[in-house]
Amino acid sequence: MAVLVVADHDNASLKDNTHKTVTAALALSPDVDVLIAGSGVAAVAAAAAKITGVRKVLTAESEGLGKQIAEDLTACVIPLMAGYDAVMSPATSVGKNFMPRIAALLDVAPISEIIEVVDADTFVRPIYAGNALETVKSSDAKKVITVRATAFKAAEEGGSASVETVASGADAAGTKFVSDEIVKSDRPELAGAKIVVSGGRAMGSAEEFHRVIEPLADRLGAAVGASRAAVDAGYAPNDYQVGQTGKVVAPQLYVAIGISGAIQHLAGMKDSKVIVAINKDADAPIFQVADYGLVGDYKTIVPELMDALSAALK
Amino acid sequence: MKILVPVKRAIDSNVKARVKSDQTGVDLANVKMSMNPFCEIAVEEAVRIKEKGLAEEIVAVSIGPIQAQETIRTSLAMGADRGILIQTDADPEPLEVAKLLKAVALAESPDLILMGKQAIDGDNNAVGQMLSALLGWPQATFASKIELTATSVTVAREVDGGLQTLELALPAVVTADLRLNEPRYASLPNIMKAKKKTIDIKTPDDFGGLGAPHLTVLKVTEPPKRVGGVKLESAGDLVNKLKTEAGVL
Repeated sequence: MAVLVVADHDNASLKDNTHKTVTAALALSPDVDVLIAGSGVAAVAAAAAKITGVRKVLTAESEGLGKQIAEDLTACVIPLMAGYDAVMSPATSVGKNFMPRIAALLDVAPISEIIEVVDADTFVRPIYAGNALETVKSSDAKKVITVRATAFKAAEEGGSASVETVASGADAAGTKFVSDEIVKSDRPELAGAKIVVSGGRAMGSAEEFHRVIEPLADRLGAAVGASRAAVDAGYAPNDYQVGQTGKVVAPQLYVAIGISGAIQHLAGMKDSKVIVAINKDADAPIFQVADYGLVGDYKTIVPELMDALSAALK
Repeated sequence: MKILVPVKRAIDSNVKARVKSDQTGVDLANVKMSMNPFCEIAVEEAVRIKEKGLAEEIVAVSIGPIQAQETIRTSLAMGADRGILIQTDADPEPLEVAKLLKAVALAESPDLILMGKQAIDGDNNAVGQMLSALLGWPQATFASKIELTATSVTVAREVDGGLQTLELALPAVVTADLRLNEPRYASLPNIMKAKKKTIDIKTPDDFGGLGAPHLTVLKVTEPPKRVGGVKLESAGDLVNKLKTEAGVL
């Protein structure tokens, strides 16, 4: 049995989600190849070749693959599946977008966002916004699996796999790329950050969100997140949203400020190693999952925290 | 222009799902059921498109038990024109749902299929993409803005890191994300009017039948519970604990 991992990358660099997906793939089979489908991906392929346990790196390039268009990714991956028993990709917005198409065309049931590989046919995945875990056994000869990357450890680097080129497949006929608006930031990426500082509805405005959350995040070298309430209210952009319908994070330290802890938010961060909650409502549900809680107004606590951090991190 | 909107009856989004003690699934007995929130957003968007004069007819289709008529009725009260229920007590997998919807699409020939990006029960996030692939129609998932012309639809999509905008030739499949719109509450007169609209009750066999399941659910369990920790007195205590006890600073 061999597994194809479709890598997460932005054409310039390989994302850590790929290393984590390789770990999940190695639980299925020792024969794991990584596909880099994109445009101008030589450096990404070289990085993937270093992942320990990877047998071979495949590259496919076209304009549509460079934009990660679902139809183009599908056209690239389907012919390759003759040589694989499973295809895996991290459950990013790209993976979620094209992987079900692969399943439909192979006439198999996709298995979404697995958090555990039990055996080659059996997987655990969250359902009902993470309020239940489902163990499913697939009877399909070929498996199509997206992986919740935070549930797996990143594969180490130290390998030297060979790199070869494969066909890019036909371009999407009916889909035209118009534009990308990707937010540029010097902060770590939310999905893979070691520390995340998130703000909630209590911030009250976008200005307050910037004034309170961002300096604290920068002091900690953290990524910035937000609750759905804060995003819906326009205090933070949508790609900051942590939760079942946003990003799922599992950092070493998660600091929730002015977040009550709705089920849908908890589903996105409850696997963090250490959770800190700052909230003026002592009964807020966030305290039920927090390792450390501070009850009080963030307006006084956050400046005190900044001072205490300055003293401690000197 | 005709818009097809698939809608699903699911657990109400304000209800906390509880796992059955025999681990066979989530307990849905006596639990409030509603239209899946992402489906509601899709219906709302279709109605707004029609209100702008860009579409003539909205057809809501649901696959589920007889009670899913209520879900279709809600769509009709929001402004959809007619409904189709494919009645089954089986809980078909996304692949089977996509195949049934493909058959409906071929029978109804819509210009646009507008649907939720995922259902909040199975959380698969798969049917729209599978339907697009089976039909060979272009897809745009996770829509936060839709602009329609007679021959194309331009969709701003929520992707990791920001937005991507695509232009699709019609017919196409678009799936709705949270921020596409805020669904309306149906007014009483519209609820009354919806009672007179037709819902055709069909069976899976009318649309090619249901295939055998590919997945077997071995068990459904509760996620490991996190135990709440301690409430501290000051920011100084917190930094101290993070540094010495938790070791994360």
